[in-house]
Amino acid sequence: MGHDGTGGVSLRVRGLSKAFRGAWALRGVDLDLGPGETLVLFGPNGSGKTTLLKILATLLRPTRGTGTLGGADLLQEREHVRRRVGLVSHGSYLYDDLTPRENLAFAAALHGDRTSGQAVTAAMERLGLVGVADERVRTLSSGMKRRVTLARLLVHPVDLWLLDEPYTNLDQEATKVFEGILQEHQASGGLVVMATHNFLDGFKQATRIGILARGRLMVDEPRASLTFPAFQELYTLRAEGGER
Amino acid sequence: MSFRALAVEILRKDLRIEVRSREGINTLLFFSVLLVFLFRFAVGSTEIQIRQAAPGLLWLAFILTGLWGMTRIFQVERENDCLELLRLAPGDLGGLYLGKVLIGCCLMWAAELAILAMFGLFFHLDMLPVIGSLIPILVLGTVGFVAIGTLFAAITAHLKAREVLLPLLLFPLMVPILLAAGRLTHLALSGESLMAEAHWLRLLIGFDVVFLVLGYLTFPFVMED
Amino acid sequence: MDRLARIVGVGAGVALAIGLWMGLVQAPPDAVQGEVQRIMYVHVPSILTAYLAFTVVLVASIAYLVRGSRHWDRLAHASAEVGVVFTGITLVTGSVWGKPTWGVWWTWDARLTGTAVLFLIYVGYLMLRSVVDDRDRAGRYAAVIGILGFLNVIFTHMAVEWFRTLHQPSSLARGTIDSALYVPLMVNLGAFVLLYSYFMLRRVRLGALEEAVEEEVLR
Repeated sequence: MGHDGTGGVSLRVRGLSKAFRGAWALRGVDLDLGPGETLVLFGPNGSGKTTLLKILATLLRPTRGTGTLGGADLLQEREHVRRRVGLVSHGSYLYDDLTPRENLAFAAALHGDRTSGQAVTAAMERLGLVGVADERVRTLSSGMKRRVTLARLLVHPVDLWLLDEPYTNLDQEATKVFEGILQEHQASGGLVVMATHNFLDGFKQATRIGILARGRLMVDEPRASLTFPAFQELYTLRAEGGER
Repeated sequence: MSFRALAVEILRKDLRIEVRSREGINTLLFFSVLLVFLFRFAVGSTEIQIRQAAPGLLWLAFILTGLWGMTRIFQVERENDCLELLRLAPGDLGGLYLGKVLIGCCLMWAAELAILAMFGLFFHLDMLPVIGSLIPILVLGTVGFVAIGTLFAAITAHLKAREVLLPLLLFPLMVPILLAAGRLTHLALSGESLMAEAHWLRLLIGFDVVFLVLGYLTFPFVMED
Repeated sequence: MDRLARIVGVGAGVALAIGLWMGLVQAPPDAVQGEVQRIMYVHVPSILTAYLAFTVVLVASIAYLVRGSRHWDRLAHASAEVGVVFTGITLVTGSVWGKPTWGVWWTWDARLTGTAVLFLIYVGYLMLRSVVDDRDRAGRYAAVIGILGFLNVIFTHMAVEWFRTLHQPSSLARGTIDSALYVPLMVNLGAFVLLYSYFMLRRVRLGALEEAVEEEVLR
């Protein structure tokens, strides 16, 4: 399925920081991500993973720092950045009284693509949603709802996927489908920044490993340089051992 | 995406949801009927008293019902974090505002027609002959109310003090509408021509234009961050 | 900055002393209303200064939305606070003026009603600010109120004016006011504007200090 038009964009972030009323949620984060790369972020609750994802999605304005996505400035050209970004977060972003088909069509329309009947159908087929395509989301199980949320990523082409705990509520089959579309996205040059508590699956999908603790990016290494046990040790040391 | 296209998408989506769930319209209608019921007992029983009070009461009913309606406008988005979904749209957010104003007006007009009917029924007022004069007043007054109400609903959407703050902010700004629309409604119900005091019409039109434009311009600032 | 504030403060104090003496002691009493009319020397400058304050809020609000610099937000916030105070003074003095003149503490005449609405709008502005946690977001929301509120007041005054008026028509606007009353009025107006400036200088500085403290805690 066409994830074309991504033509190799890069993500570059320098000194990204965010403070909320008297406390830093994120401090001095630097990132460099090239086409086809997937950064998976690990870290305890409250370490700033969601904050970072929201800043990259332009939902939050950073207190300090700069960034660009494919040349578009994160602060000054937010609309251009938004065009290139797809976010899957804790909320389902679905309207309960609409069907998956209608929800996806709306999501595509918001992104400027209104002749999207084909893209919506293809996305639903890919995520195994054809059977429930025309039933109200209210009636779906949380697993199916999660699939619809993920299908949003396919209805319009985006360069950067921002995923916050994407494995939540996915059964084995759905997990396979999710990793399938993830890999297709990676293969076509798309970027991914994913936050997850799922150590094993997250580790496998990553090309880069990141560990956040207390708002700082403690670790940022290519996955290839780590074995899984080494990564686990590193996590325990940096995230939970906690040096400042 | 152009702001017009976005506005249409929002309107279509919200109309579909309102028609399907009927939550908004049901509560609005029930609430408005209840209100008129209460008015009937609060106002004296003389026909003359009621006739004199009717224009003001009518608009009071509209605005009180409208308060609930304005909260409703973003309620659908509050569930499931959909407000974030809208903020991610790479289009002109002013279009989102206009779409919400349109759906707000649709809800309000439905409620207003119901209230008018109730008034006619309970207070023995014959609305039908003067409906031609009433409609423009309803349209102009409602647009002004919804233009500001939508903006303030967005501002207070995530605040815990939302229920107190929305009326606190909104009501003082409604004075021009209450005065103009009330006066014009009085004329209409008396069977007189609205053009006799056309300056009130001009005030309403000016009000609507100014606050729609202001709403459109300031809404993106309210939505960001 | 502090020195400037002190100078302005002293100037305001002096001007106020002179002006109030001129108005409350020196100027002739009104032929019809008697001594009570002297309240005009406080009431009128008060509302005019309030209008000045809210105009500053309007300009600062627009500038804050467009530019985003904290300075504009502090200015808007301070001016709204001071404006509310002066509006309150206007309402109280108006009421005090009204009691012996018209026999009631409150009337729904055009001017007074418009001023009451003005008061409510900007009290709402301040309440909104106090409820929103994030300073930048509070500033943005308040800026919207500051802009809409100002324009709304124009419509409100028009509407209320058309509706009814008990208030004496504005003597200033009509230019028929006796020069004996005009001069003390202008002096008091000048004094009030100086007072406004003094409050502003102090309040904006206070706001800047508050923010600096917050920044320090962050470090």
